[in-house]
Amino acid sequence: MGKECKMEIKVLGPGCAKCKKAEQLVQEVIKETGVDASVEKVTDMMQIASYGVFGTPSVIVDGEVKCTGKVPKKADIKAWILS
Amino acid sequence: MYKKRGSMSSNTTHPGSFRGKKNVALALNLLMGVGGVVVWWVIYQQLPGLSKWLTYGVLPISQGSHLGASIEFFLYDTPKVMMLLFLVVFGVGIIRSFFTPEKTRAFLSGRSEFAGNVFAALLGIITPFCSCSAVPLFIGFVTAGVPLGVTFSFLIAAPMVNEIAVGLLYGLLGWKVAAIYMGTGLFIAISAGWVIGRLKLENHIEDWVTQANVAAVEMEEEKLTWNDRFIYGWDAVKEIIGRVWVYVILGIAVGAGIHGFVPEGVMASIMGKGTWWSVPLSVVIGVPMYSNAAGIIPVVEALLGKGAALGSVLAFMMSVIALSLPEMVILRKVLKPRLIGVFVGVVAGGILIVGYLFNIIL
Repeated sequence: MGKECKMEIKVLGPGCAKCKKAEQLVQEVIKETGVDASVEKVTDMMQIASYGVFGTPSVIVDGEVKCTGKVPKKADIKAWILS
Repeated sequence: MYKKRGSMSSNTTHPGSFRGKKNVALALNLLMGVGGVVVWWVIYQQLPGLSKWLTYGVLPISQGSHLGASIEFFLYDTPKVMMLLFLVVFGVGIIRSFFTPEKTRAFLSGRSEFAGNVFAALLGIITPFCSCSAVPLFIGFVTAGVPLGVTFSFLIAAPMVNEIAVGLLYGLLGWKVAAIYMGTGLFIAISAGWVIGRLKLENHIEDWVTQANVAAVEMEEEKLTWNDRFIYGWDAVKEIIGRVWVYVILGIAVGAGIHGFVPEGVMASIMGKGTWWSVPLSVVIGVPMYSNAAGIIPVVEALLGKGAALGSVLAFMMSVIALSLPEMVILRKVLKPRLIGVFVGVVAGGILIVGYLFNIIL
């Protein structure tokens, strides 16, 4: 446990301005906090749908849907990653 | 945070101790809001004089020239449209903070056909929704048991009858045109959705959508304070104006060109009431064009000023906004070609009816 289990973050969105913004914010927070995490941008509609979300951008942390349909606030992202 | 659908969660009790503090913050916000609206109004009233003075006083342009008419139109409409957008987007942003696609879906699932179409079209106006999430939203609606036709009513109304269109029409062309547009837009969304529902085209949805065993996620509802809602409205202003300002300026520039250089009444022969083909022509030109309401309405204003008939102009505007090629490409991922064809056909048919109706009665 602990350090070796790498956090998996997925940003779902087909590539509109909001989705890019969400991904950028997630990247920034990871850099700032130094958390070991992988960030993947999911643009495929089928994959997005399989998460059961229907607003984009959505942020998924370790398989858990954290937010849908809006660009998250930086403070929120920090809270998800650090908890 | 992560819940399977079906477990209702709503917890809206507020601890009493926050009440006093919250009321002060709310009062402050309201005061700022009222002050802001007054300042807005004062500036707004100055625009006609200001644009005249800038055009003929500051710039070396003589009154009555074509160029002068164009520049005055541009200098008057640009700040006017921007100011209107600002106010409308902010106001509607606050209203929207009360709605989410999740709540709308829960409300619509299992509705009977006709009532469902009406509610879906109305909710399409106020549910926050970005066109790039049309596909996930479509899947979310259909898999949750929202009837196909009802889903379409929502998808038609959401881009067509929006705050930007209605706000700008009100500001530039008056409340009558805004009300007509809103009423007929809703009519098309409701009736086209109803027709699509009646046609029983469920088997023309791509197979993976219905086969996908989607575990619907229900987010716990966020408790928003009034302060959060103001921020939400403000974010909407930044986001929407940041996205549409280019379209607005281009639209006004085209409108200004028409206003200054196209002779009076020339549009009457092309887009007038007398020509039976003007409505279908407007639709045929409008469908492949892609712009948003903010860009097309200044053009519409100029066309009307040159004698175009309201019905033809409405048809043109609606087909530009409601039917677009990029949207079809996106929807193709979930709809088989035939259903897309029916969708375009039914909506275009509704637009034709509206166009003819207004050319006849007005």
